Amino acid sequence: MQHERPIRVLVAKPGLDGHDRGAKVIARALRDAGMEVIYTGLQQTPQMIVEAALQEDVDCIGLSILSGAHMTLLPKIHQLLVEQEGEDILVIAGGIISDADAAELKNNHGIAAVFGPGASTHDIIDFIRAQVRPTTVEG
Amino acid sequence: MELATLVEKALAGNRRALSRLVTVVETGDALAQRALAQVFPHTGKAHIVGVTGAPGTGKSTLVNQLALHWRQAGRTVAIVAVDPTSPFSGGAILGDRIRMQALGGDPGCYIRSMASRGSLGGLARATGDAIKVLDAAGYDVIIVETVGAGQAEVEITREAHTVIVVEIPGMGDDIQAIKAGILEIADVFVVNKADREGVERTVRQLRMMLHLGAGEHRDGWEPPIVQTVASSGLHIAEAAAAVEQHLAHLQHNNLLRQRESQRLEREWNTILREQALAALHARVPAAEWQQLLQQMLERQIDPYAAAARVLDQVFQPSDIDVV
Repeated sequence: MQHERPIRVLVAKPGLDGHDRGAKVIARALRDAGMEVIYTGLQQTPQMIVEAALQEDVDCIGLSILSGAHMTLLPKIHQLLVEQEGEDILVIAGGIISDADAAELKNNHGIAAVFGPGASTHDIIDFIRAQVRPTTVEG
Repeated sequence: MELATLVEKALAGNRRALSRLVTVVETGDALAQRALAQVFPHTGKAHIVGVTGAPGTGKSTLVNQLALHWRQAGRTVAIVAVDPTSPFSGGAILGDRIRMQALGGDPGCYIRSMASRGSLGGLARATGDAIKVLDAAGYDVIIVETVGAGQAEVEITREAHTVIVVEIPGMGDDIQAIKAGILEIADVFVVNKADREGVERTVRQLRMMLHLGAGEHRDGWEPPIVQTVASSGLHIAEAAAAVEQHLAHLQHNNLLRQRESQRLEREWNTILREQALAALHARVPAAEWQQLLQQMLERQIDPYAAAARVLDQVFQPSDIDVV
């Protein structure tokens, strides 16, 4: 049996950079698209992000990262999700990430999409809507 | 996954299953009802503490500190934090976790954000059901943080054993303090940001209000007033102690069972109301609803008479003694 509910998204900023304007713009756009956005603030460790995502039972994690540490932090988040039975959660990333790194993250580290500067919020919203796997419980 | 397996895993302490089960009851559909039937026998053990107050008074920060305090005392804590849903898009930004970072990584603490999804009383419609799931999962204390509340969002009294109303210095004059509504529901007052100017005045006004009502306090309990600075942790132990004393007062005077009985009766009535209405809709043709509505618009029939027309078709007229 499937039941409808708003799509729930965790918007998080892993690592140490202190710029969350982009994350806030995305959070607001997702809200206006009818999604429930859990915003956790700056300087999150991969452990904190994965724990929050599992407690909140989100459908999607949106990671905003500008510090350049994405090749360390994003694979770690994916690894923790796999370890804790959360690999069905859609993970997307945004920020300053080179094409080569983006390809590596998508191919080998469970990141479904990378949205760089200039990506439109509509594209992000459409991508999430198309890709989330709805919760199914039978009973 | 099978519902029975999900419930079993959630009650055994699997967090992923617990989160999923909260999601299931949050939808309020037939599956949610079956889930609650399995959960309900295990409920009734937790101390449910409500935290309410105006936006920006420091509710989330206070909840964070209280949770840390009770964790240090060896008790497990679950938090349900409600934030408003947009009336336009149906979306929401749930930001209460930002103030609760210190609780991250603690297996004895579980935090869940809920969007109000159209409810206006300060909680979501399914907050009570989420509390039941967390209660059944064995958390000792469940802290429920309401939407930033104004004067009339008093639904939290229906769910919590102990209600904390958070005030800050400089909000309103002494007439605000004697108005009906949110100030009446407090079992414990916390005057937060007590390092700010005007704190004495706020405390004095609350005290005056309480003394005006002396002798009529609910359950024979005069709400204590605790001054805190939640951002630095000042006097959090005193606030926690006041909450614990209130629970002891309820237990000692056999009031806990009485409150629970009232709570269940209200919940049962709410469910009956919703389901009776749904049953009426199912049994009276839609065209007839429309026709009655049209007649009301034309002022040919009043709403009470329109209700009687619908009821007469479903119940025997002798069954109902409509006022």
